[in-house]
Amino acid sequence: MTEVDIRKVLHEELNNIAPEVDMSTVDPTAELREALDIDSMDFLNLITAIHHRLGIDIPEIDYPKLATLDKAIAYIGSKLQANKK
Amino acid sequence: MAEFRMPSLGADMEAGTLVEWLVKPGDWVKRGDIVAVVETQKGAIEIESFQTGQVEQVLVNLHSKVPVGTPLALIRTEGEPSRLTPLPIAPAAPISIPRAVTPRSAPVALGTPPGVRASPAARRLALENSIDLTTIVGTGPAGAITYADVERLASAAPVGKKKPSAWLNLDAMRTAIGAAMARSKREIPHYYLEHQVDVSLCEQWLVEKNAKLPPDSRLLIAAVWIKSVALAARRFPAFNGFYHDNKFEPAPAVHVGVAIAIRGGGLAAPALHDADQLSLSDLMSRMRDLVQRTRAGRIRSSEISDATITVSGLGERGVETLYGVIYPPQVAIVGFGKTAERPWVVDGAIGPRSVVNVTLCGDHRVSDGHAGALFLAEIGKLLQDPDKL
Repeated sequence: MTEVDIRKVLHEELNNIAPEVDMSTVDPTAELREALDIDSMDFLNLITAIHHRLGIDIPEIDYPKLATLDKAIAYIGSKLQANKK
Repeated sequence: MAEFRMPSLGADMEAGTLVEWLVKPGDWVKRGDIVAVVETQKGAIEIESFQTGQVEQVLVNLHSKVPVGTPLALIRTEGEPSRLTPLPIAPAAPISIPRAVTPRSAPVALGTPPGVRASPAARRLALENSIDLTTIVGTGPAGAITYADVERLASAAPVGKKKPSAWLNLDAMRTAIGAAMARSKREIPHYYLEHQVDVSLCEQWLVEKNAKLPPDSRLLIAAVWIKSVALAARRFPAFNGFYHDNKFEPAPAVHVGVAIAIRGGGLAAPALHDADQLSLSDLMSRMRDLVQRTRAGRIRSSEISDATITVSGLGERGVETLYGVIYPPQVAIVGFGKTAERPWVVDGAIGPRSVVNVTLCGDHRVSDGHAGALFLAEIGKLLQDPDKL
């Protein structure tokens, strides 16, 4: 899965939570919770969706590593890589 | 024969529009089954049956706006003989509704347009995707539109155009919130109390618990807040119930209204039934379901009218203190601010602790600050032992 694919998955899942947001306009370095006005329930739903869709485990302690779009893409990429090994 | 009536979903509701029947004559229903969907100021509400029995007859046609209390259907309870002469279908009683509560921008497909044959599942899917059923050619019996027909169109719809929900009308919701809150401020003599609670143990407990759980089962601190209030409310009945006709009636059960923010500027506080009886994990999954349905505009009738006390929390990005407004006819609302790390004295030494400001807004017609303080203290105590929640 390429970085482009991961970004697409994230955009889709975030749009499920915040349908009115045009994801292409979101600053990839901005805090997602602020930029998209998502609360802890939304964030948990996002983590749950990624977990099911990509089959990666995201422990709660790692949540800060998914704080922005760029961070989340890097984190998910490394998790997928680790899964392969 | 029992009459299934248009329920009152709040003191400000005068009428509702029947937009979907989920049952037809001959169907069996149990108490609590969802039998119809009614469009109100608060959005679309799924109406549950109070009876167990067989649907004998439907009395009101789709798209009829009828006053609260109007019989919508007849339900034959077990053992009752079937009625031989059917009642005539009541004409849709036209009633005048103040202009202010009429939705300004009508959602695309509110229910099925008259004359369109479609299965209930197809109708629902069309609504969820804002698809106009009159534009579909049905492939079902007698040209009826099937779920698959709608699904084909829904999946072909451009991504990113999906609206949060065809059901939610935020203008109407704002009017309803305004009416309820104005009534509250007019009628309820509020008093306000605030209590700072060290919740370090709760946080630690939650981290340890969630570390072992998959995302589907993880708990949010909000579930802990709700459970602590529910248990305290059971012990302090003066904060749990309804004020009707100059009299307070304590409620036998604890149904916690959960304040839920809706994207774009809306708010609803549907009830989490019997919150005091639920385990934390059950409470959490029920809360998740409730939040999801509320945000999608699918609240059930009992959830909108049943709450006996409300809990509001502004989450971890909010402010530290929240002063609520009581939702009439309830008599109390408990607010949780965001948790903040503070210097705190524990056993004579200062250390960093996680502290949350818990507030109570109480109704002076029912209780005083003294009782309120004991109630808040009880919540604080319960939060010191999360294992027992």
